[in-house]
Amino acid sequence: MKSLRWSAAAEKLGDAVWERGRPARIFRFQPRDSIASESEREARGPNSSRTHLVTMQDQLKIGDHTLTTRLIVGSGKYDTLEIMRDSLAASGAKVVTVAVRREKMYDRLGQNILDYIDPKEYLLLPNTAGCYNAVDAVRVAKLGREILRALENPGANWVKLEVLGDSKTLLPDPIATIEACKTLVDAGFQVLCYTSDDPIVARRLKEAGATSVMPAGSPIGSGQGILNPNNLRIILEYLKEGDPDYPVIIDAGVGTASDVSVAFELGADGVLLNSAIAHARDPIRMSIAMKHAAIAGREAYLAGRIPKRLYATASSPEEGVITTRPYTSDRTPKVDERNSARDA
Amino acid sequence: MTEPRISIRFNGEMKEVPMGTTIAKLLEQSGIRTKLVAVEVNLEIVAHEEHAAHQVQAGDTIEVVTLVGGG
Repeated sequence: MKSLRWSAAAEKLGDAVWERGRPARIFRFQPRDSIASESEREARGPNSSRTHLVTMQDQLKIGDHTLTTRLIVGSGKYDTLEIMRDSLAASGAKVVTVAVRREKMYDRLGQNILDYIDPKEYLLLPNTAGCYNAVDAVRVAKLGREILRALENPGANWVKLEVLGDSKTLLPDPIATIEACKTLVDAGFQVLCYTSDDPIVARRLKEAGATSVMPAGSPIGSGQGILNPNNLRIILEYLKEGDPDYPVIIDAGVGTASDVSVAFELGADGVLLNSAIAHARDPIRMSIAMKHAAIAGREAYLAGRIPKRLYATASSPEEGVITTRPYTSDRTPKVDERNSARDA
Repeated sequence: MTEPRISIRFNGEMKEVPMGTTIAKLLEQSGIRTKLVAVEVNLEIVAHEEHAAHQVQAGDTIEVVTLVGGG
């Protein structure tokens, strides 16, 4: 009974807010509710499903991996490895991206990043950053897999595929990305594809077998946030159609905490970011902000926002007011006028 | 009698090593922690399990890569 009521409420909101393609959200409520058995739900009492939504572990499944936090953080561009280590811990993230580079034979301190990231504690996500063609990307992905295999890190079976088109914009080369994605899928990789916010390319990548499609909010490291939320809405609608749990992660462009919240409010399953933390004045503090922004955005999405209206709606009762009003009551907009204003 | 030496390209630089040098030996002599790297010989990955047995050949191009910070 409870779950029916929630579905109905979600459907009503879904119609009222913004766009079509909301069934994805309605769908989400049912599996969450079904985690608790009938008897458990009865035992918790009438308001329990409300609490249940907030307190249940909100897991994200990407291929073989189940994540308990939805923020994925990069490990690049920190001033020191100590600040990186502490920032990763403060962000609460369990997945950390890493790059593959030539071993420096004469590192001044003989330090390796793995002295600061415990591969037993974090799930590593190797990337193919710096690759400008499919052959290089496949080569780098395989080298990354070999390192993670030796470390016995479960991240050995996945890769963040990034095939760039030019070094000024760092925009992805969509044709090379699709080609590399197919090759890596055939080689047994679970491929998380960095791409632009083009819905057609996103769909092609999913068709090519990508485990997750990761559209950029704006160019890498630009801090411009989410430039085209409408494209992201379309991508979410397309990729989740008939497949509501297909993971879509917003990768790149985040500048500050509110960008993360916006991404989750749009319905993204995860957010991947690096520069916004690493180059903040205080990276550790920004990590904390990002962690809370992710929770805020995700919970707001699951809770279902109210529709936007042109006119105000009083929160206190209209009945029983003892004061006078500066206008006659028939000048108050009628409900149907409010509704039409909302859609304008 | 001096051991015969061979020339290889090791991470972009020419290097001379005794004939019969294995990947494991090469890494050890370079002070590289083997567990943190992947090794490629002429664009083919040599798996960690084979480092001790795989002998480098004259003219081999060897790349040793590790993980670094990235986004």
